[in-house]
Amino acid sequence: MKTAVLLWLAALAAVSPGTSGQAPAVRRRSAPPPAVATPAGDTIAIVGGRILPVSGPAIERGVVLIAGGKITAVGAAVEVPAGARVIDAAGRIVTPGLFASSTQLGIVEIPSSAEGTADQSTTDAGLGAAFDVADSFNAETTLIPVTRAEGITRALVTPSGSRVILGQAAVIDLSGEQAPEGITRAPAAMMAQLGEAGAAAGGGSRASAMLRLREALQDAADFARNRAAWNSAQRRPYAQGRLALEALAPVIRGELPLAVIANRASDLLAALRLADEFKLKLVLVGAAEGWKVADRIAAKHVPVVVKPLTDIPSFDAPGASLENAARLSKAGVRIVISSFETHNARNVRQEAGNAIANGLDRDAALRAVTLEPAEVWGVAARYGSIEAGKDADIVVWSGDPFELTTGPEHVFIRGREISPDTRQKQLLEKYR
Amino acid sequence: MAALFGLLAAAATAQPPAGSARSTDPYPSTYRPRPSRTTVIRNATILTGAGPAIERGAILLRDGKVAEIGTSVTAPADAVVIDADGRWVTPGIIDTHSHLGVYPAPATDGVDDGNESTNPNTAEVWAEHSVWPQDPQFDLALMGGVTAMQILPGSANLFGGRSVTVKNVPSITEQGMKFPGAPYGLKMACGENPKRVYGSRNTAPRTRMGNVAGYRRAWIAATEYRNRLKRWKDEGSDPAKQPDRNLQLETLAGVLDGDILVHNHCYRADEMAVMIDLAKEFGYHIASFHHAVEAYKIRDLLKADGICASMWADWWGFKLEAYDGIRENIALVAAAGGCAIVHSDDANGIQRLNQEAAKALRAGREAGLKITEAEAVTWLSINPARALGIDKVTGSLERGKNADVVVWSANPFSVYAHADQVFIDGALLFDRRDPSPRPRRDFVVGLAPEEASR
Repeated sequence: MKTAVLLWLAALAAVSPGTSGQAPAVRRRSAPPPAVATPAGDTIAIVGGRILPVSGPAIERGVVLIAGGKITAVGAAVEVPAGARVIDAAGRIVTPGLFASSTQLGIVEIPSSAEGTADQSTTDAGLGAAFDVADSFNAETTLIPVTRAEGITRALVTPSGSRVILGQAAVIDLSGEQAPEGITRAPAAMMAQLGEAGAAAGGGSRASAMLRLREALQDAADFARNRAAWNSAQRRPYAQGRLALEALAPVIRGELPLAVIANRASDLLAALRLADEFKLKLVLVGAAEGWKVADRIAAKHVPVVVKPLTDIPSFDAPGASLENAARLSKAGVRIVISSFETHNARNVRQEAGNAIANGLDRDAALRAVTLEPAEVWGVAARYGSIEAGKDADIVVWSGDPFELTTGPEHVFIRGREISPDTRQKQLLEKYR
Repeated sequence: MAALFGLLAAAATAQPPAGSARSTDPYPSTYRPRPSRTTVIRNATILTGAGPAIERGAILLRDGKVAEIGTSVTAPADAVVIDADGRWVTPGIIDTHSHLGVYPAPATDGVDDGNESTNPNTAEVWAEHSVWPQDPQFDLALMGGVTAMQILPGSANLFGGRSVTVKNVPSITEQGMKFPGAPYGLKMACGENPKRVYGSRNTAPRTRMGNVAGYRRAWIAATEYRNRLKRWKDEGSDPAKQPDRNLQLETLAGVLDGDILVHNHCYRADEMAVMIDLAKEFGYHIASFHHAVEAYKIRDLLKADGICASMWADWWGFKLEAYDGIRENIALVAAAGGCAIVHSDDANGIQRLNQEAAKALRAGREAGLKITEAEAVTWLSINPARALGIDKVTGSLERGKNADVVVWSANPFSVYAHADQVFIDGALLFDRRDPSPRPRRDFVVGLAPEEASR
């Protein structure tokens, strides 16, 4: 692994601006991608690039074969079959498609002043945990092309709003295909919030929010054990309805992650205690003060989704630090990096770059936007690394994937090359 | 009783006579440059903001000014010598659009002082009276190379009030940050915000036409106020006949006099065109549109009227009037010969304006525009200085100008670049390599651990 890091560093020095005084190079696309997506049945060979599979060491001048939507082979000595479409990736970096872990892609077009285009939250309080973003998903949003043009190929779509339990999140791909094909996994997590936001949503105090969350989990556990009795009205009333209780069942079984948004160290520890009490599969989201309790998070093997560019002190996170991601990683915490934005979900690259600039290991940064979110959200069997058998989500980069002046030259999602066209590009062409 | 009388007498004599310096500048800057040492920075790639890059260049900072700049400078024997060793040097970054101090951290109701959203016209409020100098976000912006900024009221109102331009230095008082000689700005706002804020209360304006009617009504009143004052002065300034003072109209009249610069929040191309006609109708000039996500659609108009556009690199879609935002916006305005500015409007963004410029640079180049780093740095330095009316003294590295300088660890358009050293008026305000504790605003003292602030 150490070797892989060094090799990658060396390669990046060659293609990234570094400190040599040279301007960051912006290369033109090596070949114009087809206007129409490549049929998934053809064989595609990406040849000569520096492959960063994430699941293993870097491969110099390697080959990635894609057929039937899957990665069929990867390595330094892979034969390119006759008739394959060859993409010359010499001098380029090849990575898995990136993952944006906190977005409302496909459920929000314009969050304000365009009523009817935002489905990320509900006013129906009775739905509670049952609220499921997958039912709103619209692949034909202008946001998906804008995001995938920057090399993001999968995303977690999360509900939001002013509730302690927000509802169910889903993993989508950015192919532009509607459900069910465009949805990789639903539900992928149950979202909840504690800390300052939880308090505001749940009775005005951190304690009231925690009590409501515990009550919901207790009810769900009781419901799961006594469903027949409940159906015949021989069970005590629950604070939530049937839909919410059923949605929480896989959380109680420890199958579906409970992703808890919290930032202050005390709130993170409270979430860890809750996870112990109910044997939950916990994910911490935000965790601006995670570094203060990194050892305790690491000891529980709880993954953390961070926005590295979180450094403005608040009463909810007076210890917010640009080094949060690096310190968590060094303490052995599994980290996922996200931009926590929707229209600019694409800026997950910039977040990862800044995490590196503030001490995070490069390999850890790439892992934090590919394989780690794949594992945390339960889709690693299909996505997250360049390995034979996985969906072919592949990006060929003009240089360092985290640099601001580089970009994707080719983006594949489930084996199809994605057109770089976006509504924004069309506006550019109209007015240039 | 005698003491009380004394106080009253003092208060009476403290009343400034009309027309005195104090009456036109009642909250004067008390800024004084920090102590500085003569400093030479050599072996640097220098982006001056005023011409091509200087490779392996040197710059001499003396008495708070840029004394020499070029491929070599004469270093006095007592000068501090910084061997940049391939690092990069730029002018200090200037943000035309900040709310630091008026929307400080912690973001709580107790210090939520940016929008006097109680009337669509609050031209009478001054942002400087909300600025909290202990906002820790000033320190974070300094670490990002920001040496000066305009602090604006919010955009709830047609006329939000006066802005203030400050130097990014630690100070107990706002007056201690105030940029000496910088003109005031007037914040105006188009579009969705005013019509939403007041329309939702079922008061005017509720529509864009209501917005424009509100501007025109105010400018008519300001014109009359100004004429009244002029008549009074023409007739001998008789104190007995002095017209009543009106703070709101005083600010608007200051615009008509050319003393106060208009900074106009406006997203859509068509609305900006209306605002340009409005300015012509009443005889004032717009210094800069702000946000201007559709500036690319009217870049010829902006160029023709000499109006700057302060823009984001990639913000779009968060409301309908931002839906047509494209990443080429800044580069297209620049390529048309316009005054393109990268602004933040954001306490995170202000810390990394160099990165925002890098994204705009990339977008422009990928669209086929030839843009050098030397040109892109003008979006962060001389162009914002021009929009704020401080370009005679700062915004570029030229002999005689204020020594507002940033030494970057790498090409500032790289995501990995840090501001290593930041000078304001030749004084070293921030040094990333200095292990001693950094200046910290009072709010974080004893609250945020020191190891968090890096």
